[in-house]
Amino acid sequence: MSQVKTVSGPGLPLKGDDIDTDRIIPARFLKCVTFDGLGEQVFADDRTQLNGQHAFDQSQYQAAEILVVNRNFGCGSSREHAPQAISRWGIKALIGESFAEIFLGNCVAMGVPCVTVSSEVASQLQALIAAHPQTPLTLDLESMTVTMAEFTAPVALADSLRQMFTAGTWDATGQLVAQSAAVKATAANLPYITWQSA
Amino acid sequence: MSRGTLFDKVWDLHTVGTLPSGQTQLFIGLHLIHEVTSPQAFAMLRERGLAVMFPERTLATVDHIVPTESQARPFVDVLAEEMITALEQNCREYGIQFYNIGSGNQGIVHVIAPEQGLTQPGMTIACGDSHTSTHGAFGAIAFGIGTSQVRDVLASQTLSLSKLKVRRIEVNGELSPGVYAKDVTLHIIRQLGVKGGVGYAYEYAGSTIEAMSIEERMTLCNMSIEGGARCGYVNPDSVTYDYLKGREFAPKAERWDEAVAWWESLRSDADAAYDDVIVIDAADIAPTVTWGITPGQGIGVNEHIPTVEELPEGDRAIATEAYQYMNLQPGTAIQGTPVDVCFIGSCTNGRLSDLREAAKVVQGKKAAATVKAFVVPGSERVKQAAEAEGLDTIFEAAGFEWREAGCSMCLAMNPDKLQGNQISASSSNRNFKGRQGSSSGRTLLMSPAMVAAAAIAGQVTDVRKLL
Repeated sequence: MSQVKTVSGPGLPLKGDDIDTDRIIPARFLKCVTFDGLGEQVFADDRTQLNGQHAFDQSQYQAAEILVVNRNFGCGSSREHAPQAISRWGIKALIGESFAEIFLGNCVAMGVPCVTVSSEVASQLQALIAAHPQTPLTLDLESMTVTMAEFTAPVALADSLRQMFTAGTWDATGQLVAQSAAVKATAANLPYITWQSA
Repeated sequence: MSRGTLFDKVWDLHTVGTLPSGQTQLFIGLHLIHEVTSPQAFAMLRERGLAVMFPERTLATVDHIVPTESQARPFVDVLAEEMITALEQNCREYGIQFYNIGSGNQGIVHVIAPEQGLTQPGMTIACGDSHTSTHGAFGAIAFGIGTSQVRDVLASQTLSLSKLKVRRIEVNGELSPGVYAKDVTLHIIRQLGVKGGVGYAYEYAGSTIEAMSIEERMTLCNMSIEGGARCGYVNPDSVTYDYLKGREFAPKAERWDEAVAWWESLRSDADAAYDDVIVIDAADIAPTVTWGITPGQGIGVNEHIPTVEELPEGDRAIATEAYQYMNLQPGTAIQGTPVDVCFIGSCTNGRLSDLREAAKVVQGKKAAATVKAFVVPGSERVKQAAEAEGLDTIFEAAGFEWREAGCSMCLAMNPDKLQGNQISASSSNRNFKGRQGSSSGRTLLMSPAMVAAAAIAGQVTDVRKLL
């Protein structure tokens, strides 16, 4: 399992509040039995409407690895197809004012950190990236900072999630399965399990 | 930190242990799966050589992609056919119960589990679908998960989670005629915002909620997620028990008293501590309609679309985006907005009581000639029960189409879609850009009775005029 302590790379500023997962990946692209190919469809309708001017289409951001967003990003449907599409496009970490809860949980399970910053810092970062798209950002989960050239700001992430990234335990399946005896003991103490097996 | 709430009690009873990260390993009592978010999870199990630990605690159905006109197999849409086939194969291979089309048990996952008595108080329930919060109506802790987490539940019947805070939302008083559970939830989201619930479980309480039927409570809990709350619940009471009694998966007679005693013990204590409490007066709630592109952009049917100046600073950017996308003018009345399509259905409002309320409005009337109106029952059982009461006849006589069960135009993964920039009056839960199958399609969310009224008038209208 891979530890995620720092993520470095060029940024991509995507402005807007309440960007939902239907916009990140419209439902028609959910007609699939694998996540393959979703990267090309990320923000499909928004990109068509902006006719090449969407941040995910602009030439200066094509090497981006860190997405900088605003408030309540990833709200709506639980579809993991949304973070999968963003990740398969090339993004390795997200920085934003706030994230919807299920979206955040999906990102954790995929090993993609989503950290929060103040509204002011999000705007500053978006402006800096727009002005200097080639300059890399560094997200450091040990010092809990984001740095871009001379600019540094604190980032926030729940301590348990930070631990999962830095210790490399963000993929929980192995740990969960290893507790099968304790899982069965918990189940055996739940009245409704007994009623149903009676 | 909350203490003594139903959420705390159920969380503690399902805690397997604390993981090294500090997160809780939580046992999931009921796992529901469907065709859209499960195939990749099964693929991950195969890649890792993992088994399904408790196959009898997972139930599958097909809802998102099913056509609602002809359901003959193979489906015309080859991708949809591929998805249902994958689910059939996965369920067969792993020994999971699958309620397929034509079984009499198929329907929207959040409609079928309650109607069969699978959803019970005190359970933890997870599903790869954000509207899993619906099941909280029974006093269950129920929430949506992503596909990697579906894999975790299949493999271990548990999830790695951080505990939520608990906000009590107390609604008191009697709802006026023409005001429904849908209006209560749209009103709450309007008040608290679409991200107000992030980090919280919502406990709905107060005399208004206590007076609601279980189906109304499902509508309310269903849209917790639109307010940012991953889960919402109502403490179980006699309404809950009366609904459950006799359903096939409910505790049988010899266990019934024991079950009720256990459920009662899980209710939030009178002196429970909450992280936050909000009080709402039912008298302030009007039939509510959304005008924008988030479920928080709702107004009473007699109000005007807010101008930028009338909105708090933080809501202005998204409002500006909404005026443009919706092509609606700030400051104008929402009532009188012409609609092209009227959709009654979804996990929010596709149950028998929803169809009854809508049928009352349309009975003896005709849908406007300019409107395409259709009703999609939430499940095969809802459809059958509605037909037994003659609701199909009422709708068809009024010019509505009567369809087969599924998610349909709530998210338009099947052939039911808006065309171009059509505008819909919809009893579903999301008015996001492009949500109903056209990248420029527009959605006005409202109660099923309000959708019915819009169909008759051909425009947004106050249902109270038709009652």
